[in-house]
Amino acid sequence: MGSAHSVPAEMRELADRTGFTSEQIEHLHRRFKQLSQDQLTIRKENFDSIPDLEFNPIRGKIVHAFFDKRNLRQESDGLVDEINFEDFLTIMSYFRPIEMNMDEEQLDRFRKEKLKFLFHMYDSDHDGKITLQEYRNVVEELLSGNPHLEKESARSIADGAMMEAASICVGQMVGAVSLLYLGTEAPRWHRNGAGKCPFWLGISPVPRAISKQPHKASPSVLGALTLV
Amino acid sequence: MHPLCIALSLHCTPLVSAPPGAAAPVPKQDTRLCRAPHLHPCIPFASLPSCIRAPAPPVPLQDTQLYRAPPPPHPSCTNPRSCSPYPSSPASIPLPPLSPPRRPAPALPQALRPPPAAGGMCPAPRPPQLAPALGGAAPAPAAGGPSAPPPPAPAAMGAAALRALPWALLLLGPLLPGQGLQANSEPPQRHPAPLPAGESGGFTTAPPGSAQEIMPLHRQPANASAEEHAKPRKAFPVLGIDYTHVRIPFEISLWILLACLMKLGFHVIPSVSSIVPESCLLIVVGLLVGGLIKGVGEKPPILKSDIFFLFLLPPIILDAGYFLPLRQFTENLGTILIFAVVGTLWNAFFLGGLMYAVCQLGGPGLNHIGLLANLLFGSIISAVDPVAVLAVFEEIHINELLHILVFGESLLNDAVTVVLYHLFEEFANFEQVTIIDIILGFLSFFVVSLGGVFVGVIYGVIAAFTSRFTSHIRVIEPLFVFLYSYMAYLSAELFHLSGIMALIASGVVMRPYVEANISHKSHTTIKYFLKMWSSVSETLIFIFLGVSTVAGHHYWNWTFVISTLLFCLIARVLGVLVLTWFINKFRIVKLTPKDQFIIAYGGLRGAIAFSLGYLLDYKHFGMRDMFLTAIITVIFFTVFVQGMTIRPLVDLLAVKKKQETKRSINEEIHTQFLDHLLTGIEDICGHYGHHHWKDKLNRFNKKYVKKCLIAGERSKEPQLIAFYHKMEMKQAIELVESGGIGKIPSAVSTVSIQNINPKTLPVERALPALSKDKEEEIRKILRNNLQKTRQRLRSYNRHTLVADPYEEAWNQMLLRRQKVRQLEQKMNNYLTVPAHRLDSPTMSRARIGSDPLAYEPKADSENLPIITIDPASPQSPESVDLMNEEPKGCSGLPPSPEEDEEGLVMRVKEPSSPGTDDVFTPGTGDSPSNQRMLRCLSDPGPRPEPEEGEPFIPKGQ
Repeated sequence: MGSAHSVPAEMRELADRTGFTSEQIEHLHRRFKQLSQDQLTIRKENFDSIPDLEFNPIRGKIVHAFFDKRNLRQESDGLVDEINFEDFLTIMSYFRPIEMNMDEEQLDRFRKEKLKFLFHMYDSDHDGKITLQEYRNVVEELLSGNPHLEKESARSIADGAMMEAASICVGQMVGAVSLLYLGTEAPRWHRNGAGKCPFWLGISPVPRAISKQPHKASPSVLGALTLV
Repeated sequence: MHPLCIALSLHCTPLVSAPPGAAAPVPKQDTRLCRAPHLHPCIPFASLPSCIRAPAPPVPLQDTQLYRAPPPPHPSCTNPRSCSPYPSSPASIPLPPLSPPRRPAPALPQALRPPPAAGGMCPAPRPPQLAPALGGAAPAPAAGGPSAPPPPAPAAMGAAALRALPWALLLLGPLLPGQGLQANSEPPQRHPAPLPAGESGGFTTAPPGSAQEIMPLHRQPANASAEEHAKPRKAFPVLGIDYTHVRIPFEISLWILLACLMKLGFHVIPSVSSIVPESCLLIVVGLLVGGLIKGVGEKPPILKSDIFFLFLLPPIILDAGYFLPLRQFTENLGTILIFAVVGTLWNAFFLGGLMYAVCQLGGPGLNHIGLLANLLFGSIISAVDPVAVLAVFEEIHINELLHILVFGESLLNDAVTVVLYHLFEEFANFEQVTIIDIILGFLSFFVVSLGGVFVGVIYGVIAAFTSRFTSHIRVIEPLFVFLYSYMAYLSAELFHLSGIMALIASGVVMRPYVEANISHKSHTTIKYFLKMWSSVSETLIFIFLGVSTVAGHHYWNWTFVISTLLFCLIARVLGVLVLTWFINKFRIVKLTPKDQFIIAYGGLRGAIAFSLGYLLDYKHFGMRDMFLTAIITVIFFTVFVQGMTIRPLVDLLAVKKKQETKRSINEEIHTQFLDHLLTGIEDICGHYGHHHWKDKLNRFNKKYVKKCLIAGERSKEPQLIAFYHKMEMKQAIELVESGGIGKIPSAVSTVSIQNINPKTLPVERALPALSKDKEEEIRKILRNNLQKTRQRLRSYNRHTLVADPYEEAWNQMLLRRQKVRQLEQKMNNYLTVPAHRLDSPTMSRARIGSDPLAYEPKADSENLPIITIDPASPQSPESVDLMNEEPKGCSGLPPSPEEDEEGLVMRVKEPSSPGTDDVFTPGTGDSPSNQRMLRCLSDPGPRPEPEEGEPFIPKGQ
């Protein structure tokens, strides 16, 4: 609370922008300082100090996401080397739960942002498409925790998933392994998942939730895949 | 047959109430019959109580006439006429009415035992025999009424009418199973002569003469059999009837058959079942059947608590527990628990308290009902019933969230109900309830619920462990699942723990491990058995709810019943509103008002409440009948009114329905991805939440538990792969099940494996979007492919029916292998074949579907690089060997006849390289078939299988 009073304006601005409450921001700030070892910015190496993260199979992708300019609402593409607290908050704000008082439009935007964030995690070459190769990489990474697994398994799963996506979404993308997403015509993303809020964050169920596109019966497989 | 019994029983009643001496001579047969139900654990319905409860009507004249085995007044007094006319129409023979102590003379059996010639007719005459009995029985109850019964005439008519309906009789027959079940617990004067007596008279061979002991009705097996030895003094019966011998299982089967036929019937008439939920229809059927039985003079059976809790309920709960959507369940666990525990407590106390107030104000009839009795009543009636909820919610296809909330609540509130029930029941016996008792009661809640879960987990782990070793005796695998779960249930019940929670816990715990260990056939077996049992149980429960309603005693008190109903609804609505308001503070996905409405409205009551009410002891709860009446009213109201209107309401409110899509591999991938992502984010921001602990648990599970409980390689399998396997198996099984037979085309279509250089895979992106027509084409091809897969799997199935486990395992492996390959190729075909190739639909189909008939390899195909799978390395497309494969592809063209025959190829056609890996090398005849296996999902791929290390020995080939 103390610092909240000391920098009320700044805090309020942050709160407005990210939607966090000042307590949450404070909590995050403490964590930020802990991670950055009291520096103003966090670098990739700082994330290595989190022991729990070590076992996370998609650890690389998560850390990567923090430095992705697209997620930081910057115009340009590519990666940044270090992020400051504001960026950190921005990333974290993707994981906020949906508020009760949001109207439809806000909800829509909010969901889309979450999906975009996910999409960017899949789309590692920043070209706005998730290719088969990228998808395979994701699956491989997901399965990387297991030493007994052949690479091929992961690949065939990814292939299967792609096929599945392809067979379901023939309407939009045919046979294309790159799931070209339908750009601007933003479908209304729906979420139906459920979950208790672990905290104030929680990205909540995007994938299964994905969406009810007007003309599709069961587009859930598309998931984050098709979102640009 | 029971009509006979009834008649007899009615007849005998006076005997029973008569001084012991008179009562004594009930034929032994009776005792034997009565006893049987006791011994037989599975008599579903104890009908005795009901029939007992009816005051025995004075025995009218015609009754006696009808009874061929009626006890003659004195041991010596045998009225031959009463016996002998037996097969003939009895109505015409007037008998001296009261012949109290029956001393069945040897004449009886003789009369009954027709000479061989007559015996030949036996089966046929049987219905007629029954018929008169029935006819006679029908008036009997009337006789019980004030007016004296009309003599034989009606009986004869009834007989005639009924004779035409042997089937009806058969269906009714089972009504009297277990008549003797509760005999002991009932007040003595209610002991009518056991109904079976009639049967004994009718069909038995044993001379009832010596039967002196009526009291220990159920304890004379030895004597009974002894009698059988004693009796035969006449010609050897070539054909005889011994219904008693098969009676119990016979009647049980008939009941089940009735239930199944009813269920079948409803679905034949779609218009009905679309409006009225099945549960309502079944209750109505129960009411009708009960009414019919009653009209015929029989006392309909009542849904007995023991039978219900020990035999009918477990299958339903196990089915629910074993197939519990675990993820949704755990994600919503907090909400469910709050509804189940707090909500049920609230309901019970709110209702109990208000009902107490009502009783105090309600007038003379209610004044005597104390607070504890009311609280007990509240706790019985407040629990949402899983059976009713399942029955209704499965039909309306509500979305998963609501379904799991209501259903989960109905499962978990069992612990609360059990505790409250026992608590109040005990307290009712106490002089005074101290604070210590209350604290103990509170403690017992934790003991009951956690103890139940603990018992379930123990059994679940044991089951998982056992299934680790069943690989050689696949046949009994499913049994372990059922037995261990049932043991868990019984063990929990043994200690008055929550059996439902034990069952669910064991199902949930054992499932992942068991499924990794058992074969797919066993898995299918488990699935089907569970579904079958649970649906039969459910049907029976509802039918008997209806029957018992007719059968039971009712004490209708307007004030009590109406206020119960009203307060039930109010308590539910209030509870849901307040609790959701609270819960919504913590949920990410808030419960909307619509959701709340459905949750409140979906709080159906059912057979559990009824059975609990039925369990109440008359001694302490004299108002039991009133309670039961109120409970039944609430059940009927919720099941009929709410159950029938909930579907239109769901439509009206546009509550989101369940999406019918199957879980896809993409979903699974994304879900996993998200789980890891959220865990990661929680770690980064230093918050130990839901995901963090789940992750820890998973890791623990993978590291230690799986190693112990899962045999073989699968223990190392990450969840994604496991899911993948499961899906693929499911698909395979489904395909096999629905599959047709066909010849498997086995020619190779080389082009279909025609290579696109693997390095150019990314090129796919450049593929232009296809036109609508093309899409259509692709879809068609997909469909065609599907059919072929089916055929292929069919043959695979046929083959493995006789195969030994090793072969089967190998077969599966091979299949999987092929699928992977095929998928690979398919992908390439689909996604990378140059656009112009798709010009001709036929061509593309040939390529994609690898349909040999449609496609003739073109000359130029030889120029194209051909992918074949290199035996040594599983990465098929990458390892293209142009030099080698080209000829192979061509030579492989001619279909090998054997393959046509066998479908799945069991041996390696070309054991080219003698490595172990070799096993999976597709021979030339093999690789083509690979193509056919496609489904969108392919196989996990060539992970090393347990069997892989072993040298391949083609069995029997």
